[in-house]
Amino acid sequence: MTGHAIDARALTRRFGSFTAVDAITFHVEPGEVFGFLGANGAGKTTAIRMLIGVLAPTSGSATVAGYDLKTQAEQVRRRIGYMSQKFSLYEDLTVQENITLYGGIYGVSDRDIVTRTGEILGRIGLEHAGDELVRDIPLGWKQQLAFCVALLHRPAVVFLDEPTGGVDPITRRRFWELIYEAGAAGTSVLVTTHYLDEAEYCRRISIMVDGAIAAMGTPAEVRKAVGAETLDEVFLKLTRPGTAA
Amino acid sequence: MSDDPAVEAQGLVRRFGDDAALHEVSFDVAPGELYGIIGPDGAGKTTLFRILVTLLLPDAGTARVLGRDVVKDLWNLRSRIGYMPGRFSLYPDLSVAENLGFFAALFDTTIAEARETIAPIWVQLEQFAARRAGALSGGMKQKLALCCALVHRPEILFLDEPTTGVDAVSRKEFWDLLARLRDEGLPIVVSTPYMDEAIRCDRVSLMQGGRLLVTDRPAEIGRGYPRPLLAVRGSNILGLLGALRGFPHAAAVWPFGEALHYTDARRDAQVEQITRELAAHVQSAGLSGVSMSPIAASIEDAFMWYMAQEQAA
Repeated sequence: MTGHAIDARALTRRFGSFTAVDAITFHVEPGEVFGFLGANGAGKTTAIRMLIGVLAPTSGSATVAGYDLKTQAEQVRRRIGYMSQKFSLYEDLTVQENITLYGGIYGVSDRDIVTRTGEILGRIGLEHAGDELVRDIPLGWKQQLAFCVALLHRPAVVFLDEPTGGVDPITRRRFWELIYEAGAAGTSVLVTTHYLDEAEYCRRISIMVDGAIAAMGTPAEVRKAVGAETLDEVFLKLTRPGTAA
Repeated sequence: MSDDPAVEAQGLVRRFGDDAALHEVSFDVAPGELYGIIGPDGAGKTTLFRILVTLLLPDAGTARVLGRDVVKDLWNLRSRIGYMPGRFSLYPDLSVAENLGFFAALFDTTIAEARETIAPIWVQLEQFAARRAGALSGGMKQKLALCCALVHRPEILFLDEPTTGVDAVSRKEFWDLLARLRDEGLPIVVSTPYMDEAIRCDRVSLMQGGRLLVTDRPAEIGRGYPRPLLAVRGSNILGLLGALRGFPHAAAVWPFGEALHYTDARRDAQVEQITRELAAHVQSAGLSGVSMSPIAASIEDAFMWYMAQEQAA
């Protein structure tokens, strides 16, 4: 036990001769909002898949929510939440049915499901939409709902893989306010995004290039270390050599 | 190149069932202009593009592209338009060169004839000529799709969200290519959900809910912001957000990178007065170490302002 929400040490994953994640070492503190950045193909998704316990590391180690990924993957999976852009909710179920289903899967008691449903729908302004099919609610609400559902079982760490792609700027900010609130409530958040302005909302960020962490720190520290005015510029400086294909 | 406007859209309406995807959309694109339609998913961008490239009929309104009516003259237009749809639409099992050769053949031309037109993109793609298109990175896929849309030497390009899901570096490279094509006189209409890309366009329309909220040069859109705007910084962002929203004259408060952007509801209030009042307000809320300064509005500030106005109307 390290007291860190995530503690990765030399975490590595190879596919054949290709090293997708190359000995990354980093930690995330309880309640910290951590931006996990990198170009397409830099290895972010592979790293996340290891950290959520669905892909075994080739070497290295990590603890998530205090449990060892290799020997306690089941405990890890119970203590984390996960939301990706591609898979979020069942479109053919109602809002309420989705909440009940996920609550059941994660072993939340019926009484807690009822209480938390009220809290969630009230928080994101969907009080009157409990019986609507998820397919019929706007994209922005779906993403906020998916985030709240990922938090339903009160995980220690939540992983968000490009949660705000394509949504309008107001909804994008409402989403980040939910992230701040989760962080303030003690949940650690690891988030990936292509919007570099969103990286500024994170307490610390890491930037992956070709499987390795090329820079890490608060946004201000990273800008300073790389000698750039903006995170856009940081990103360009660090990733240009690795973006040919 | 003709002197006709590249695009003239007048009152375009399109419904799907009971939902109107487009509400009387009107705009025009000058010859040689790089024109951006900026808006999130569901704004109606793809419906608009599909009408302009003759793949979808409008329920009302008219549109002319290169001076030709998109409904009556579709056969004339189709060979003169280059269109890159939002969804990756090349053959993943064909190589880069095979995809390009295929699209050239469809338009009864050859890669050799198109060489000059596609040169700036082809130099970046050539090293992957034998690679399967499905095995390219996101950024390279988009460059190949652009190449295929150009291979018949079109007189206008329509690019629907060419940079969505592509990382920041590849996005910049893609826009550099578009700037080169524009400099050679090719009119380009491009849509994007990324507000920061608006500055790469000559003119933009901000689109939301099937309507164009505002149309202007990117720099003018920020200048037209109708209320005082301040950046407010502090260590407790969440606390600051709540406090600022509780200020009686707050019109809008949103997180913006490392700062919060505060819009005052009073059109003519002086910055000094707002700063003084806000400072007292956040102090009474128990927040310290807060700094604030007036700023120029970005495209995104403007988008959010007009979007909120539209929703309130």
